[in-house]
Amino acid sequence: MAKSKTPLLDQLESGPWPSFVSDLKQQAEVRAKNEAKTEFQIPQTVVEELMGLLELSYVHKRGHWKHGGIVGVFGYGGGVIGRYCDQPQQFPGVAHFHTLRVNQPSGKFYTTEYLRQLCDLWDFRGSGITNMHGSTGDIIFLGTTTPQLEEIFYEMTHKLNQDLGGSGSNLRTPSDCIGQARCEYACYDTHALCYHLTKEYQDELHRPAFPYKFKFKFDGCPNCCVASIARADMSFIGTWRDDIRIDQEAVQAYIGGELPPNAGDHSGRDWGPFDIQKEVIDLCPTECMWMENNKLMIENKECNRCMHCINVMPRALRIGKDTGLSILVGAKAPILDGAQMSSMLVPFIKAEEPYDEIKEIIENIWDWWMEEGKNRERLGELMKRQGFQKLLEVTGIDPDPRMVSEPRSNPYIFWKEEEVPGGFKRDISEFRKYHQR
Amino acid sequence: MPPAFLKKGHTMELDYEESKAKLVAGLQKKLKTKSKFYFNDLAKILEAKPREAKKIVNRMVQERILEYWSSGSTSLYGLPGTGKQDAAEGKE
Repeated sequence: MAKSKTPLLDQLESGPWPSFVSDLKQQAEVRAKNEAKTEFQIPQTVVEELMGLLELSYVHKRGHWKHGGIVGVFGYGGGVIGRYCDQPQQFPGVAHFHTLRVNQPSGKFYTTEYLRQLCDLWDFRGSGITNMHGSTGDIIFLGTTTPQLEEIFYEMTHKLNQDLGGSGSNLRTPSDCIGQARCEYACYDTHALCYHLTKEYQDELHRPAFPYKFKFKFDGCPNCCVASIARADMSFIGTWRDDIRIDQEAVQAYIGGELPPNAGDHSGRDWGPFDIQKEVIDLCPTECMWMENNKLMIENKECNRCMHCINVMPRALRIGKDTGLSILVGAKAPILDGAQMSSMLVPFIKAEEPYDEIKEIIENIWDWWMEEGKNRERLGELMKRQGFQKLLEVTGIDPDPRMVSEPRSNPYIFWKEEEVPGGFKRDISEFRKYHQR
Repeated sequence: MPPAFLKKGHTMELDYEESKAKLVAGLQKKLKTKSKFYFNDLAKILEAKPREAKKIVNRMVQERILEYWSSGSTSLYGLPGTGKQDAAEGKE
């Protein structure tokens, strides 16, 4: 057997987890055999060369990719990320190795036919290597050459009815959970809002004019399956403002063991009989649940939407009927440091077309951030720098106790003259009526 | 002194040709020190609000007077052909 050209990469396959190296080897073989008789528009050996370059990086203990560049499709300032290697003589197949971000369908619903068309296009004009999906949610195409970019873009937009996603200082590809299409917890139609705002803000998505990236994410309920609260500059999280609906018969069925808790999710081993006190009531973070005369009671005003009880007993407890969403702002999840969760800005808003109220909030925030944000400053950083009070001012939203995340540690409050009844001037004789010199 | 667009007689709608010339001149003046610019730098040269500046900048990209440069995470703008080109490295 011939000696492997990539011994360091091979070592990565030896661990217990599926390895990207095995995937790359498989793709290299598919391209070498070319049973589909594809007329490859970029070098057939691109995947072997990619592995060769990576092996060299491990030998040298330094990266061989050059950062960024002037590539893109005409009129778009995002969606294509230029990648070039600094060893083009040794690895000409990956001299250009650009990434394309493809705007994933809402909720990542697609047909196998659509996926096949995308993959056929990518095998034909790219490396065939994909990332399903990138952390922003896009379908990522990894590795093609500059002349292929416009061709791919034309095919996608004219034949597959498909747009590119966002990159750079743009609105990034909006991303949503599976929503009301499949999930009974969803408090609003995440697909409708995600699609609407994607269409509405095409200019922000494709033509960069922001100080840095800006992300929208839409979660249908506080379970936050797309982790909007941890990653999005604006998180839209479904919620309700009436009471959790309780089916007392189903509660008894859970207690009696007729219904498996967590919809049977943890049935892999015997955890003993279900104990509602231990597994639900005692775990409620606001301690707002109790049993009374064999009935489950909830003090709904105290509920902070942790979703635990609903997740454990989905047949017995359901979200309320008066549903909408909360808007939180300022999250970021950078790789190195400074991760920040988003802060409550709008505790409750109805999510109804044409979403004018939501768009007004978005645009007020953008106007502020575009003017005041420093280069490469995320919204969450601007909020820290100028204060939440300033954010309330620019959005015209009144302060609300639900925006308070923790007791105040700063004892100083700076009042503005217009906020104080009668301003800063006082009638001294009126004052002296109550206070001696 | 208030920026030009706030002066009497000046409407909010910026004059495209005037702005284009101003922006190109502004960028060329800075070419010695840098060739890629943040959007905010362009808005400053144009002395315009970001949304107004964006209209001008977009049109200049369409006309290929400006081009995008992206690192993947951040986008910058530049005049085509400016900056250190690969072939020129080490020849200065």
